[in-house]
Amino acid sequence: MVEPILDTYIAEENLPYEFCPGCSHGKVLGALSNSLKQQGLDPSEVVIVTDIGCVGLSDKYFVTHAFHGLHGRAITYASGIKMQNPELKVIVLIGDGGCGIGGHHLLNAARLNTDITVLVFNNFNFGMTGGQHSVTTPLDSITATTTLGSTDAPMDIAGTAKVNGGGFVARATAFDKDLPDLVEKGMKHDGFSLIDIWELCTAYYVIRNDFGRKEMMGYMDSMNMESGILQETERPSFQTSYKGIQEQASKQKPMSGLVLDTKFSSDLEKPVRIVLAGAAGQKVVSAGNLLASAATLSGLWTSRRADFPITIQTGFSVAEIVISPEPVLYSGIIKPDVAALIAPEGKAKIARLTKTMEESDTIYFADGLGDVDSPANQLPLEFPESAKKEVHKNISALTAGYLTKQLNLFPFEALQEAVRQIQKPKIAEINLGILAHFE
Amino acid sequence: MVDGATAIARGALDAGCNFYAGYPITPASGILTHMLRELPKVGGIGLQGEDEISSLGHCIGAATAGATVFTATSGPGLSLYSENLGLSIMMEVPLVIAISQRLGPSTGAATATAQGDIQFMRWCTSGGYLVIVLSPTNIQESYHLTKRAFKLAKRFRSPVFIATDKETVMTTESVAESEMLNTPNWPDIPDEPVGKPLYPYQKYGTIHHYTGSSHTEEGHITKDPEIIAEFNERLKNKIGDQVDEIALVKTDLQEGADTLIISYGVSARSMEAAVKELRSNGKKVSALTVYSLWPIPEKKILSSLDGINRIIIPEMNHGQYRYEIERLANENVDLIGVNRVDTFLITPEEIIEAYHG
Repeated sequence: MVEPILDTYIAEENLPYEFCPGCSHGKVLGALSNSLKQQGLDPSEVVIVTDIGCVGLSDKYFVTHAFHGLHGRAITYASGIKMQNPELKVIVLIGDGGCGIGGHHLLNAARLNTDITVLVFNNFNFGMTGGQHSVTTPLDSITATTTLGSTDAPMDIAGTAKVNGGGFVARATAFDKDLPDLVEKGMKHDGFSLIDIWELCTAYYVIRNDFGRKEMMGYMDSMNMESGILQETERPSFQTSYKGIQEQASKQKPMSGLVLDTKFSSDLEKPVRIVLAGAAGQKVVSAGNLLASAATLSGLWTSRRADFPITIQTGFSVAEIVISPEPVLYSGIIKPDVAALIAPEGKAKIARLTKTMEESDTIYFADGLGDVDSPANQLPLEFPESAKKEVHKNISALTAGYLTKQLNLFPFEALQEAVRQIQKPKIAEINLGILAHFE
Repeated sequence: MVDGATAIARGALDAGCNFYAGYPITPASGILTHMLRELPKVGGIGLQGEDEISSLGHCIGAATAGATVFTATSGPGLSLYSENLGLSIMMEVPLVIAISQRLGPSTGAATATAQGDIQFMRWCTSGGYLVIVLSPTNIQESYHLTKRAFKLAKRFRSPVFIATDKETVMTTESVAESEMLNTPNWPDIPDEPVGKPLYPYQKYGTIHHYTGSSHTEEGHITKDPEIIAEFNERLKNKIGDQVDEIALVKTDLQEGADTLIISYGVSARSMEAAVKELRSNGKKVSALTVYSLWPIPEKKILSSLDGINRIIIPEMNHGQYRYEIERLANENVDLIGVNRVDTFLITPEEIIEAYHG
């Protein structure tokens, strides 16, 4: 036996309970208080998180910490509290209503396995708002919103927690003498625990359906929903698993931006807006990054936007790069100065942009992509003869090299340096080989 | 070279954030992935909730247990945050929320950039309480304003929004390293809280009750009209009385100018480009960048209106901030909106055109 710290965890100055005569809620609160007593817990290490509904009136009856939030979300607050301070024992008091509106949180908390204990005050209807039907209302039952009988299959709350990974799951009634022991077992389980406690709502459900304690037990039998511990399995709780993640992660380097020191120079006088338009898989964005990085290495200012469909490895891929002698203020491109078309998907995607280009602008196009509906000057991408066999696999890097030579915005060496500084060694080696064709 | 998502995540980490929960949504997912990867490295906790409701629920719970919390989403996620935002206001829980704006529900305009949630952030929940909204115009300000948001959240025990957008979060830009490292010359936010400090749940700590309903100082629900009125007044005045401290703008006023351009966020960059161009052509024009959108920095705006008979307001929505300026400006002042809701950034040329009328 643990030495008790307090005789009761109920704030007796707030009694009597304001629950309706005959309501089971007071019984369950008493059982919880007894369970805390037999565990010898300090009231400051217990947080009682209440949901909305009649059960939501409960927090003021406890001398422990308490949290009273939104309808159906009690489990989410409880998980957050426990994650931040694993020393605390966190108990959720929620009704069948809360398990309906917050059902998503219930099954995901079971999956997540945060070490919290959920006590469901399941009395088969909404008491506080006038006896409307809830997710556990038995079939054919009369409620304020099913006046001719409920037609929905009732939800099995304990069963739901069980099949979704809940480590400790039990079903009980408010009349069970061993409820304090059951609550203690749940609280001592390292991981998610839930006790689905069946109750009587004397204000509404009982009188509308002639549903007393005997009928409730009969209903339990008829549904094959036995009481007792339904599942007790050991699985690392969130707290335990996450500690492992923190340990592994602590060995990794923290994130930082990419620092590129100016190594080259450029005499660019005004901003140049470039659009590379290709297809997924051509590494278009990567080529855009190379151009932007090379410009940055040359003391210029850049912005780089990427546009691609939400699916990957299919459809267009577009990189928009602004290169400027001064910090880029407006990073959009409505009219490119230069466009490079390297796949039909990209050509189609930027047709609106190429149309706006003027005679002084230039469109470079890969084989078969010429004849653009645009007044811009249109030139084929003429890669070095020696690079022809690379075109199929590495057209984006070739285009970056070609544009660097043609546009002369920054030194070619800056592009090579960009490859060395921002790309992984293996890819850098391939790309440096490709750029060597231009020398 | 850095994007806005990285700058915001780095700002949160440097501000001491140790808890993040969020749900994926373009264009805010970059912040989520950075935070979930980085927090465990420094002993913090980062997780993806099953939806936005649970994500903010986790944050609020963790904050009452003493965590410094952060989350990010976009307009549709803000809809789902709404009720929990009300809870955090009532519980006076410090919370920093980045909103990477686009426009509209569902997938939005194919997740393209906009400034569609300026009024939505202001009126984010039932009750009409004041909230604080900061809006960076570029990458370096994203970093520094994120850090500032954490200071404000702690001081006012309130949600603080960072109003950013797809363009800023997802565009990679070159930024001078010094501008990332050196804090801009902004007035300091004091460390001590306005009103009572937050009592985190602690073993052997003072017993505390947090509730989302109107409550007494001890955290007990009350229906006493006097206590309810006093509580609501205090929530309003806590921020309302400190507007001058929260107010943050950049003024670029030109002697003799009778036109003022007011903008914020990514649109303020086009304003800056337009102002530069106009002045290089000998035109006189003043500019005001608003960093603290809410509470509205009335005094700072009013003091920029001397001699102004025309205000141009570029923003990527149908004029959500223009209505506020309209309320402040003298009725003889012409108000001209430059608005785009077609996924394209407002161009400097459009602002120059508005200037020329």
